[in-house]
Amino acid sequence: MTTDLRPTDASMLRDMVAMLAARKAPAEIIGAGSKRQIGRPTNAEYLLDLSALSGIREYEPNELVMTCGAGTPLWTIESALESNNQQLAFEPMDYGPLLGGPARRGTIGGALSANLSGPRRFKAGAARDHFLGVEAVSGRGETFKAGGKVVKNVTGYDMCKLLAGAWGTLAVMSEITVKVLPAPEETQTLVLHGQTVEQAVAAMTLALQSPHEVSGAAWLPDAGETLLRIEGFPESVKARVAAIRYLLAGQKAEQTLLDAGQSQARWLQVRDVAPIHSPVDRPVWRLSVPPASAPSAWRALLESVAVSGCLDWGGGLIWMATDTSHADGGAETIRSVLAKEGGGHATLIRGGVGLRAGVPVFPPMAAGLMALQTRIKANFDPSGVLNHGRML
Amino acid sequence: MLRMPEPDAGVFARRAQIAADLRGMLPAESVIADEHERRVYESDGLTAYRQLPMIVVLPETTAQVSQVLKYCHANNVKIVPRGAGTSLSGGALPLADGITLGLGKFKKVLEIDLPNRCAVVQPGVTNLGVTQAVQHLGFYYAPDPSSQIACTIGGNVAENSGGVHCLKYGTTTNNILGLEMVLMDGEVIRIGGKHLDSELYDLMGVICGSEGLLGVITEVTVRILPRPATARALLIGFPSNESAGDCVAKIIGAGIIPGGMEMMDRPAIHAAEAFVHAGYPLDVEALLIVELDGPKAEVDELIERVRIIGEAAGSVSLRISNSEAERENFWAGRKAAFPAVGRISPDYYCMDGTIPRAALPKVLNRMAELSEKYGLRVANVFHAGDGNLHPLILYDANIPGELERAEDFGADILRLCVDVGGVLTGEHGVGVEKRDLMPAMFSDDDLKHQIRLKCAFDPEQLLNPGKVFPTLHRCAELGRMHIRAGQMPFPDLPRF
Repeated sequence: MTTDLRPTDASMLRDMVAMLAARKAPAEIIGAGSKRQIGRPTNAEYLLDLSALSGIREYEPNELVMTCGAGTPLWTIESALESNNQQLAFEPMDYGPLLGGPARRGTIGGALSANLSGPRRFKAGAARDHFLGVEAVSGRGETFKAGGKVVKNVTGYDMCKLLAGAWGTLAVMSEITVKVLPAPEETQTLVLHGQTVEQAVAAMTLALQSPHEVSGAAWLPDAGETLLRIEGFPESVKARVAAIRYLLAGQKAEQTLLDAGQSQARWLQVRDVAPIHSPVDRPVWRLSVPPASAPSAWRALLESVAVSGCLDWGGGLIWMATDTSHADGGAETIRSVLAKEGGGHATLIRGGVGLRAGVPVFPPMAAGLMALQTRIKANFDPSGVLNHGRML
Repeated sequence: MLRMPEPDAGVFARRAQIAADLRGMLPAESVIADEHERRVYESDGLTAYRQLPMIVVLPETTAQVSQVLKYCHANNVKIVPRGAGTSLSGGALPLADGITLGLGKFKKVLEIDLPNRCAVVQPGVTNLGVTQAVQHLGFYYAPDPSSQIACTIGGNVAENSGGVHCLKYGTTTNNILGLEMVLMDGEVIRIGGKHLDSELYDLMGVICGSEGLLGVITEVTVRILPRPATARALLIGFPSNESAGDCVAKIIGAGIIPGGMEMMDRPAIHAAEAFVHAGYPLDVEALLIVELDGPKAEVDELIERVRIIGEAAGSVSLRISNSEAERENFWAGRKAAFPAVGRISPDYYCMDGTIPRAALPKVLNRMAELSEKYGLRVANVFHAGDGNLHPLILYDANIPGELERAEDFGADILRLCVDVGGVLTGEHGVGVEKRDLMPAMFSDDDLKHQIRLKCAFDPEQLLNPGKVFPTLHRCAELGRMHIRAGQMPFPDLPRF
């Protein structure tokens, strides 16, 4: 039985964390709870629910910054941005449907804590690259702020980067400032049909080495599609699509074009990895790899543990579902394939409680580096009360 | 002038022994103990501050760096890492009882990997050197600090360097994929690689911009980008700073993120024009350079959109580059702005705050008042797109008291930046220069949490002490938990 704590302002949050620290009472931290099934199970005594720390506090479209409560729904932020023709350029993916839950339920605090990103990652960056400022409470029960509310800042350590992707294990955010950017006026997608993984990565590499500013490059083997997204000002999109079609003519693949509406729908599927949503009992892995190693890694994985999947980021991101027959969800095989095929790392995104308790969900690392990571955790959360054990 | 930590007389007394020990682990020419040769390293780009280092070492391999740090760790000797020494904030200012560790011999481009769109380089490669190594392939390295001919990648990582193109392309932190670094105890760690996003805590994110306080960088994997197909620029003059600022806001508001967007005020325009004769209008109060880069169709379209915005904002002169030579000419004055100001004043002091752009008129007006108060002239160049101000305070170090007055003026400007919602430094770093201003922006608890990060990397605080943080806290003291048990507002955690 867990006890719910739901702070309604930053000072209440601080007092609650101080209390947890004093009692060494571990808490699980949630915004909307849309990603609770990711990470090692923690069995925390308390549930620290940040959903009341919600609301956009400052938004100056011309300054390209927005400040809001950490528990603000992403949906709220995205609609405010949309009415000013702006967006979160890191295109945060929605884990909801992949994890068998509803879509559009996450918060900005969760998006930053998980360092979410989307198909535009290789061009526009991940959540970390847009995280400008934070107010948070460390596991010591002390409030601290870092960064600022301007787009360019090197004053002090970049603590926002530390908290991005920390999965709430170092500090609980109460308020955040993010960079926002203009949304593209026009989007088109060039589709190449029927390519093998080698052909697809070769085509995506050619496109990404060109100056035509491709903002999405994915391969969906089940649909037999290689997708190249071109966004921006209408005249520019038109010219670049023509240039890329010409550039890839030698690929001898059938080419078709998706308009703005079709593009949006297709890239949402890519962002949220629709091809592997079901069956929901299959473990799902997310692999970040050097793009050029994707074909050989893909083949090796498909011959061993993978059942289905797709490539994003021009090959730099491999998503795959593994066969349920592997006791470790394929963990060992996947990580040894990566070690052999050019490096990178793998994270278990979907798996039952037993699997997540039994295998390293997050990438294992060399002893010295791990010791450093552990020292950071100990300095920020010495009593081990914040999402303790979920990642570290 | 800021004070550095009191030198440790015990360490200094062992100087000869330490030098001898270092010679045992490094080639003879890599250990510099002679005073005359050490003098070269006494200062960096913040030339008002000078300090002779105890010893200088110039290792050639990661293993040697590791050995030196391990030795210093065991013998309680401080280390100041140094790249090309171009820091404008005193990041590489030596310590009287410390070893300056120069990375100047790490000059190799190790690998160019086009399929993965990255390059692996040693930290002593210059910023421009990276671009030069890949430009024949149609690629470049995006961050371009104005010292790019001299400054090195290792220093760029330490300072998270930006440049005129960083609004669109990001700073160093957005453009690196992997690092090799030596920790103070000699441990060599590798972070990231040729893939995106590091594992677990984003160490690359915190090392970038850590000003040499967390470790010594020995290898960097940088992302390289295809060079934009074309670039054109507009040169737009305005009758007031307000109308120029208004134009900048409207460009961004129209959804345009220019490759570069620079503003100069009247004194900066006049100094630059007198120096390089770029053809800048002299009857304007503010001058904007707006550069659009990318596919030709896009650049042509945006040039036209920006022209319309500029005219609507009240421009009094507007030129559009029609050739590479013309575009470069627009930039010539801006790029020479610092030396140009150097011609009209014996010395100048370059500041680096960032402000919300809407506060620009207020900040410039207040700066004019401060200029009168201190009796010192100021010229402004401004990365207008991202709100990063570079006021240049003109002074003469030979006049007693002027340097101190310039420093006080500068501190007032930076406090003003913080007061209007901005920050102390946009790209030059805190270093020694802005160290004691940190409390204007951060509370004691804010700073303690930053130092706790430092403690995880360097608990004895032997790496670059005296920089960034105004107060040295011992890590053991910071590690203790201060729990006010019994005084909690929630004695029995209630159910909500």
